[in-house]
Amino acid sequence: METPIQAPDILSLTEQARIVRIEILKMLTASGSGHTGGSLSAADIVTALYFHKMKHRPKDPAWQGRDRFILSKGHAAPLLYAVLALSGYFDKTLLANLRQVGCVLQGHPSSKLIEGVEVSTGSLGQGLSIANGISLGLRLDKSSSRVYCLLGDGETQEGQVWEAAMSAGHYMLDNLCAIIDANDLQIDGKCADVMKVEPIAKKWESFNWHVFEINGHDMEEIVKALDEAEKIKGKPSVIVARTVKSKGVSFFEGKAEYHGLTPTKEELEKALLELGGNGK
Amino acid sequence: MGSRDKETENKPQGSDFCAQSVATRDAYGSALLELGRRNEHVVVLDADLSGSTKTAKFAKAFPDRFFNMGIAEQDMIGTAGGLSLTGKIPFASTFAVFETGRAWEQIRQTLCYSGLNVKLVATHAGITVGEDGASHQALEDIALMRVIPNMTVIVPSDGFETKQVIDAIADYKLPVYVRLGRAKVPPVMPADYRFEIGKAYKFNLGRDVTIISTGIMVSKALQARESLQRKGLDAGVINMSTIKPLDTDAVLEAAKFSKLIITAEEHSVIGGLGGAVSEFLAEHYPTHVLKIGTRDTFGCSGTPDELIKLFGLTSEDIVKAINGFFEKAPR
Repeated sequence: METPIQAPDILSLTEQARIVRIEILKMLTASGSGHTGGSLSAADIVTALYFHKMKHRPKDPAWQGRDRFILSKGHAAPLLYAVLALSGYFDKTLLANLRQVGCVLQGHPSSKLIEGVEVSTGSLGQGLSIANGISLGLRLDKSSSRVYCLLGDGETQEGQVWEAAMSAGHYMLDNLCAIIDANDLQIDGKCADVMKVEPIAKKWESFNWHVFEINGHDMEEIVKALDEAEKIKGKPSVIVARTVKSKGVSFFEGKAEYHGLTPTKEELEKALLELGGNGK
Repeated sequence: MGSRDKETENKPQGSDFCAQSVATRDAYGSALLELGRRNEHVVVLDADLSGSTKTAKFAKAFPDRFFNMGIAEQDMIGTAGGLSLTGKIPFASTFAVFETGRAWEQIRQTLCYSGLNVKLVATHAGITVGEDGASHQALEDIALMRVIPNMTVIVPSDGFETKQVIDAIADYKLPVYVRLGRAKVPPVMPADYRFEIGKAYKFNLGRDVTIISTGIMVSKALQARESLQRKGLDAGVINMSTIKPLDTDAVLEAAKFSKLIITAEEHSVIGGLGGAVSEFLAEHYPTHVLKIGTRDTFGCSGTPDELIKLFGLTSEDIVKAINGFFEKAPR
C-alpha cells in the first residue's frame, strides 16, 4: 500500500506530527545522546512528506516509482527514524536502541544499514548535490517521481550547498523540492551571530529557484507549499520553512544548547505532558 | 570454426592500442565512447575540463547523458552519487588533484560510506602534467583514495590496459578511482593480457630484485630490467595496476623469490604503491623495500621529460638504486 492520504487531513497530520515528536523525545532520552532541537523543528515538515505528500511503499522500500527524501541535515536522524518506523519500514521497538553498538540506527543515518534511507548523510552540505543527481537520473528515465531534500539553515553556510543550488537552477530540476528548516540556530548560537545566512529567500531566488516562504509549524501552509511546488515547471522549488528549534517542548524551544542535548527522564515526562502524550 | 576465428573472438576490445604510444587519458576518451554505445546506463560528469580529460568525446555522442557541472568538484561527486542511486553508472572526471583533493570528503561520506556505484576517472596525475606546475600535479592522490574503505584504486600502465580497466569497472558495483596521465606512454602490456581488478601482472620475477611498478613507471621498470640483466643481475617486473585491493599473493611471491623489492610510482613514496607494499610486507614477510617516487615534495613546472629526471623517476634512477643496494649488501 502507498501511504499518501489522498485529501490532506490537516488535523490528522498535526496529530501524526505530535506522535512523531513523542517518539523523537523517547528515543533521545533512551540513547542519552543525539540531536533534539533540529529533529523537533523539522517534525511537521517531514511528517507532511511521509504521511501526505510522498509516494512510497514501506514494505517495498526499493519501489522504482517512489518519491525520494534526502535528509541533508543528517543529525536530524531521530526524526527520520521516527517517521520511518511509524510508516512501517521497521519495528518501532528498534527506536529504543538508537546509537547503541550493533544497532542499525546510527547517530547519523547509514543507507547500508536501514531500508528507507536513500543515502548516508551526516556531514553537512552534501545532500542537495545527491538530490540533484537523483533528479537528473529520474528525468533521464522519464519518471514522475519527485525528490525532496531537507537542509538546515546553518547548513547553508557550506559552500557545496551553493554549488548544488547553482546546478539545480542550471539544469532546471522541477522534479526537485528543497526545504530549508530555518530555525535560526546552530551549535554555537544564532545563525545571525555565527555566520549570517539571511536573506535566505533572495539567495535562492537569485540562483534561479522558485521560493516559498512559510511557517514550518503550520500544517496547512506546509501542505499547500508542497502541493504548489509540484506545479512549478522549469525550475526547482525551495520551501523556506520558518521554524523554532525544539518546537513542541516549551522549555527547550529556541535554546541553542538543545541542538545536541537530550532530555533527562524528568524532562521527558514534562515534555510528554506538554505534548499531551501518554507515551503511547 | 577454425582456431583463427576463436582468436579474433578473444581479442580484447581496444587492442588497437596495443602497438601505440598513447596517453592513458586518450585511451579513456575512446573507451568511454565505446562503453557509452554498449551501455545506456553509463552517464558522464565533468567539471569544465572535458576537453582535457577527453570526456568531450562522450559528451558529443551522448549529450543527454553528459553533465558538465562547472568548476565545482564537490557538487560533481555528490551529483554522480545521486545519479548512481537511480541505477546509472556515473563516470566523474576532472584532474586528479581536484577530484581527490577538493572533493575528498564528498568521496568519503557520500560515495564510499554509502557504497555507491560511481567511477572516478581522473586525468593529469603525477608530475608528467608538466608545465602547469605543482598546483596541478597530483602526487598524493593514491594515498588519499587508498585510505578510504570501500574504495578501489587502479593505475593503468598504457592505453591498452586503460581500455580494459574502463570496461571492467563499469561492471563492478562499488566506487573506483582510476588514475590517468596527460603525457603519452609507450605500450607495455602484451596482446593476450586481460585486466582483472586486484590482479597484478607478473612479467617475471627476478632472483636478485623484483620491481613492483605502476602506471607510467611500468615502462621505466622494464627498461631498468634490461639494463640490470645486461649487468648480470636477475631482475623481474610486476605491473601492480590495482593498488587497492593489493595483490598480496603477488607481493608475497616476489618477496620470497627476490632478495630485494623495489617499488616504482609517479607519486609520493608516502602512502602510495610503495606504502602499500611496505605495509603489507612489514606485517607478513619483512623484506628490504626500496622506493622510487617523489620524496615528500611538491612538483614544479617543466617538460614531462625534464621533470621525470629532476624527481628521480627515470629507468636509470631505478638501476642506480638497485646497484647501490647490492654494492652495500653484496649478493
